[in-house]
Amino acid sequence: MSEPTKGFPLPSSLEIVPGTEAAQAAYPYYCQFHEGDDERFWFYNSMHFPEPMHHFDMITAEAAYCALGSFNTRVHVLPTTKGIDHRIINGRVFIGGVAVTDPAEIEARAKEFQQRAFYYYEHWEDLYAQWKEKMKALIADAQALSKPSLPDLEPIETTHTGKGVAANHDLIDTYRKTLEGYFRMWHHHFEFLLLGYGAYLTFFDFCKKAFPEISDQAISRMVAGMEAEIFKPDEEVKRLARRAVELGVDDRFHDGMVIDDVLQALDQLGENGKAWLQELETSRNPWFNVNVGDGFYHYHRSWNDDLSMPFAALPGYIAKVKAGATIERPMERLIEERQALIADYRDLLDTDEDRATYDQLITLAHRVFPYVEGHKFYCEHWYTNLFFNKIREFGALLRDHGFWEKEEDVFNLTHYELESAIIDLMLAWSSGSDPIGPRVWPAKVAERKAAIKAWAGHVVPPALGQVPDVIDDPAIVMLWGITRESLDVWLSDGEGDSNELKGFAASSGVVEGTARVVRSVEEINRLQQGDILVCQVTNPTWAPIFQKISAAVSDIGGSMSHMAIVAREYGLPAVVGTGSATQKIKDGQRIRVDGGRGTVTILEEERVLEDA
Amino acid sequence: MTAAVSWFPDLRLTDRPTVGGKGASLGELTHAGIDVPPGFVVTTQAFELFLDALERSSPVRALVERLDPNDLDTVSRISRSLRVRVENEPLPATVETAILDAHATLAKDNPALTVAVRSSATTEDAEDASFAGLQDTFLWVPDAQDAIHRVRECWGSLYSVESICYRRKHGLPEDGVAMAVVVQTMVDARTAGVMFTRSPTTGDKSVITIEGAWGLGSAVVSGEVTPDRWVMGKITGEISVRDISDKHIRQVPAAGGGIVDEEVPAELRKTPCLSDEELQALRGVGRRIEKNYGRAQDIEWAIDKSGALLLLQSRPETVWSAKEQKPVAPVIDDPLKHVMTIFGGRR
Repeated sequence: MSEPTKGFPLPSSLEIVPGTEAAQAAYPYYCQFHEGDDERFWFYNSMHFPEPMHHFDMITAEAAYCALGSFNTRVHVLPTTKGIDHRIINGRVFIGGVAVTDPAEIEARAKEFQQRAFYYYEHWEDLYAQWKEKMKALIADAQALSKPSLPDLEPIETTHTGKGVAANHDLIDTYRKTLEGYFRMWHHHFEFLLLGYGAYLTFFDFCKKAFPEISDQAISRMVAGMEAEIFKPDEEVKRLARRAVELGVDDRFHDGMVIDDVLQALDQLGENGKAWLQELETSRNPWFNVNVGDGFYHYHRSWNDDLSMPFAALPGYIAKVKAGATIERPMERLIEERQALIADYRDLLDTDEDRATYDQLITLAHRVFPYVEGHKFYCEHWYTNLFFNKIREFGALLRDHGFWEKEEDVFNLTHYELESAIIDLMLAWSSGSDPIGPRVWPAKVAERKAAIKAWAGHVVPPALGQVPDVIDDPAIVMLWGITRESLDVWLSDGEGDSNELKGFAASSGVVEGTARVVRSVEEINRLQQGDILVCQVTNPTWAPIFQKISAAVSDIGGSMSHMAIVAREYGLPAVVGTGSATQKIKDGQRIRVDGGRGTVTILEEERVLEDA
Repeated sequence: MTAAVSWFPDLRLTDRPTVGGKGASLGELTHAGIDVPPGFVVTTQAFELFLDALERSSPVRALVERLDPNDLDTVSRISRSLRVRVENEPLPATVETAILDAHATLAKDNPALTVAVRSSATTEDAEDASFAGLQDTFLWVPDAQDAIHRVRECWGSLYSVESICYRRKHGLPEDGVAMAVVVQTMVDARTAGVMFTRSPTTGDKSVITIEGAWGLGSAVVSGEVTPDRWVMGKITGEISVRDISDKHIRQVPAAGGGIVDEEVPAELRKTPCLSDEELQALRGVGRRIEKNYGRAQDIEWAIDKSGALLLLQSRPETVWSAKEQKPVAPVIDDPLKHVMTIFGGRR
């Protein structure tokens, strides 16, 4: 008799939340669960898609998996894995890897892989320099796309230049180019990524064998700590703080300021105020093209669209500058510390052979670091902001023609539906009659908004289908940190101390304090000095508020996530990837964060229980 | 000629032949700048001066050398009479004065001084497991006269039945038999325990494991209390394991000398017996000692009532060090091939 094993529900057993059937059916057919999917293992990609997906935002999943899979399956030819399939149900994205299990196929693919991937490792710097040029060109192309608009009549120039194309054609042209650019960007995104993570993981793997009890954060500290673009936005805020002090305009910045008023006041302040505004412009382009999320949702707006985040950080940085503190990221010291760490661990190795291997692997990890950390700025931030803002322009145009009420409503359509709405408008403009869309879309938009709301309150299982014995897919291990052990933890969810949450021990130290559960950028002003930040996603753009907080906790992320790196540099305890901190911890509760063990303890409920 | 008494700061590991392993190690630690409870060693020279005096009244070495280890009755009788002599016949004045002076010096800043008196064997052989338990340790020795008495008891243990039989069975010459005795200030520990500078469970050299409990370290060493346990990165200092146990009793000095168990107050039982700062201080000391010796160490430590951290003993780790050291990863001519451990499948 075998032990009764706990398992995950089968995809076919999941029910669509009542009332959302139409919204569910509106997602493209190829991402609906279908026959045969019960035989496979799927897990909820809460790391990249922690919230129910708007219909348009699904384009990110499809573009990303088109690219990721291509590079794994057919470009780098990873020996043991192909791409990733995705499905959506109740607004949640489930993904499943496609493993290669036939030894002969693995061997054949391994030969290809060594020819292809090793070429990348050997020519990393050159290929990366070339990559940046490609990305900058792609960004320039996206910036050059015209704002979609329809004149009442064509300007006379159309006639005089013999242009031969009318304005409605520009709509479809711009729209398709917008989509084309986004799909292309995701290819660039994955050009190096798995190889970069692979180099990290190889070093991790070696360290774990040499030092069985070494912490992930110790290894991460040896790998990270170098220059990468994604650190720049925060550095720019610090630079602006310093310039404000130098220009003598620092008294304009204080907690709770109204940003527009401050900008206006500086403009009227004379030369120094204008000089500072000039500095702000320099920082904004391009460095404030970072969004407050991971770039996977249209509503993760950029600093340029909403200056709350950088401005919330300015008063604190200014106070530190005036107190004579160095606020800039201490690159020299960070590199020195990292080198000392690498040398100290090297000394602990027993044999010359191991020291030689160690040297090779850390060198490779350092080689790939600038890309692995830096690509996010160009891809998930800068390009994604341009992309969603361009779609927003279509949203505004269609709103103006009565398709829906608000610009943002456009994101309730799939990208196919949006194209059909654009063509509807093109037809109407050309025929001079009214578009059909205004009679179709408002009801659908309302229906889907209601569905998103219903799905947000609906708990989904972390995984579906057959539980594999081992997870040997390097892509899934690298990108999601999912192993057989983590599945066992998921399966045993709900057991154990309910006041304790476990996550990745990202940055050591123990702190007790008041939890501030921050769900969006609008809420960052609620953070008081010394609060513990509890947030959903670990992402780079929260760095400026690290000066204010005493510890950080997140639902999602691993020990090499940006939040983990920044927390270590600030010397703040951090626990990332807790899964449910923003749900289980209530705002204002006293909590204890132990960044060495990776635990978060809710202290207040404990006291209530004891009193009872 | 060596003096009858040597102070810790004047000793190095190389002084082992005259001050024994324990004495030499405490000297080495003190010299390396580690805080060790102050003390001195009654050297083998003191023992030899005393033995010469004994020999002058009636033979000792020749008597022992003639014994048959299988004739337990005779061995027991001779053992008894020799131990009585070692513990009672007058000490040479030079030796007695040297010990009394040293004790007075130690008591100068510490009128309530109590000391530990420990035998300190001079040969590797004597530290071997086969010799374990043949030497003596006396804790919380209250005054100078008592200390001298305990020194003599340590010497006397050389003539225990077990000790004599061991030497006779192995044919060890009595000429080489000598013993040094450590006299060291007692620490009235708030917290005490042990520290391993490599993992006892995996042999990992990158972590330090610390175990500790309230009161004297004897409770931890003897296993009477389940100690709190921490694992920390040796180099980075992050604390990855914090097992805080229910420490129901602690050992404290008894009123008339020796040790007594007492109940731990309720509010302290489940409280960590070390703060994070103290853990980090211990880690720092552990790293220094390990660097000084060039190998992993097992360390006994204590924190006194004033919060001062003191090292009581440090021994080289032997279990993992004895294992063969094989490379972690196979040596590959093309370093890039290492990535195949990740990409090639781990089956």
